[in-house]
Amino acid sequence: MDKIDRIEGRAIPFGAKNVDTDVIIPARWLKTITREGLGEGAFETVRAKDGNVFDDPRFEGAPILIAGDNFGCGSSREHAAWALLDMGITAVIAPSFSDIFSGNAFKNGILTVALPQAQIERLLDVAETDEIAIDLEHCTVTTPFQDRFTFEIDPFRRHCLLEGLDEVGLTMERQDAISAYEAKAAGDLSFLSGPREVAA
Amino acid sequence: MTDTPRTLYEKIFDAHVVERRDDGTCLVYIDRHLVHEVTSPQAFEALRMAGRKVRRPDLTLAVPDHNLPTTARRDDAGNRIPIADPASAQQLAALEANAPAFGIRYIGDADAEQGIVHVVGPEQGFSLPGATIVCGDSHTASHGGLGALAFGIGTSEVEHVLATQTLLLKRSRTMEVRVEGDLAPGVTAKDVVMHIIGVTGTAGGTGHVVEYRGKVFEDMSIESRLTVCNMEIEGGARAGLIAPDEKTFAYLKGRQMAPKGADWDKALAWWKTLPTDEGAVFDKSVVIDAADIQPTVTWGTSPEDTVAITGRVPDPASFADPSKQAAAQASLDYMGLEPGMKMTDIEVQNVFIGSCTNSRIEDLRAAAAVLKGRRKAANVTWAIVVPGSGLVKLQAEAEGLDKIFTDAGLEWREPGCSACLGMNPDKVPAGERCASTSNRNFVGRQGPGARTHLVSPAMAAAAAVTGRLTDVRALDAVETEPA
Repeated sequence: MDKIDRIEGRAIPFGAKNVDTDVIIPARWLKTITREGLGEGAFETVRAKDGNVFDDPRFEGAPILIAGDNFGCGSSREHAAWALLDMGITAVIAPSFSDIFSGNAFKNGILTVALPQAQIERLLDVAETDEIAIDLEHCTVTTPFQDRFTFEIDPFRRHCLLEGLDEVGLTMERQDAISAYEAKAAGDLSFLSGPREVAA
Repeated sequence: MTDTPRTLYEKIFDAHVVERRDDGTCLVYIDRHLVHEVTSPQAFEALRMAGRKVRRPDLTLAVPDHNLPTTARRDDAGNRIPIADPASAQQLAALEANAPAFGIRYIGDADAEQGIVHVVGPEQGFSLPGATIVCGDSHTASHGGLGALAFGIGTSEVEHVLATQTLLLKRSRTMEVRVEGDLAPGVTAKDVVMHIIGVTGTAGGTGHVVEYRGKVFEDMSIESRLTVCNMEIEGGARAGLIAPDEKTFAYLKGRQMAPKGADWDKALAWWKTLPTDEGAVFDKSVVIDAADIQPTVTWGTSPEDTVAITGRVPDPASFADPSKQAAAQASLDYMGLEPGMKMTDIEVQNVFIGSCTNSRIEDLRAAAAVLKGRRKAANVTWAIVVPGSGLVKLQAEAEGLDKIFTDAGLEWREPGCSACLGMNPDKVPAGERCASTSNRNFVGRQGPGARTHLVSPAMAAAAAVTGRLTDVRALDAVETEPA
């Protein structure tokens, strides 16, 4: 995974609340067996309307998306994160995120930044004309107008993003601990250790 | 620590911690992993590229459901009927190849046990109380109805579980949703959960695991509990649970993959220790009076946009939050509705009875009870009943329910996710309305431009009969009204 340190550039001032994953990537795009190419279907229903922000030339190639409360609610499809990445988006700023989406985003190297609504309003305003910068090292979002907002992020996630670490690889190193748990569970919780029909 | 009173969720979580880190992140063991064709191909591919194998194929079960057409799968000679959409066929073929390649048990499209993963898991006894259960599908929350800790994961996490049988998690905050009192006649589990989401909002449970408590849930059947927990994800929590009790044990005993003999007795003893301790504290609590719940429908494009069937389409200006006002207006524009319209005046052209929310035998019985001796309205052009699994289908046919549906003019289909989401041929045409027993009324969910009204199975059946949203409790009166 690519290391993330600083994300800087234009931000798409989307602002919508409760953006569900069916909006980010409609179901008909989920039939792929690879992770690439989903940008084409991203926000398809929004882009069907003239004058939408996603097709506004000012925001072409923008690495940041600004949205409203509860971004990424709905289905667990990681295709939503892949679609954003394929569009070139590596950070989403919103007042809150659905739990599953923020996990999926993190695992694909997309930074989710939660800020209060008032600061979101300010960033939506700035984004119309100017660039925004996110500094993961110092956990700040800044604008050319001296705005400086700090955000909180899970320390483990921050570490993984900064170092570009792969979670599966990290856990594979804990095989002994997992085996020890399994040995214990095979005694205490033997009824969970395998569906009978298969284990027999 | 064991002396501190704990909730059901905390007990299950604690029993599955492999390792705890200083920052509170835990490596948590996963007991059951359900795999379907949509969210797994990239995970298997990543394993292959890294030369990794599946750590516990015996704890993993693969079942195709999202893409499968619900029309006949075999011709009269027993040969497979090819799937018309090449992308769907490719995704299904990938699972069919990946499962045996990684040693995973696969229930295929021709097996009687095939169905929607969330119907199959409990039905097979694969899902158990106290177990940690995951699947690359947000409606995994369903299995919480058995008292399991079950939640949806993304494809990277599917890969993580396949490779390590664990996930990295932090203990969630806890939330109690208590519904006290008795439900009025004609009010079902679906109405209860839609009403709850209407009260808490779609982000009300974010960051939390919800436990449903109170007499209403204690009185519910297991299938109803699965319906409630299924839709918890629409309320924002990744998981919802209901404490296992004698009904849960009776439901599971003897099921194909459930523990047997001495293992069953041992399981039972542990399961009985799981319910939340007296004095355990929840971080958040919502209390609802069962008497406030009526048959519930949605008017907008978010599951929180609920109203009693006796109510009216709300005026966007009536919402205090300006962003909610804008969202409500956008919803009404998409839905083609005007503020103040009576919900019972809304005509529907489509009816869908199915999905992981409402496709179990009890749901089909409820719909059939309404449809018996009746006919669908002429303006309802497409009405399908899709059982949740092949076993549900066989059971329904043994009870003659299929005959009731077809006599009423509804189609009786093969099991799968069907019209809940636009991935298979079952779609609602653009601009048309559907009374649907599924779980999401999102923009375009049932097909581009489709307008969804979420309802219970009995309410969907009533809508099929009258051709508009209808209070099932008043169906007899509505039928005798002059046109």
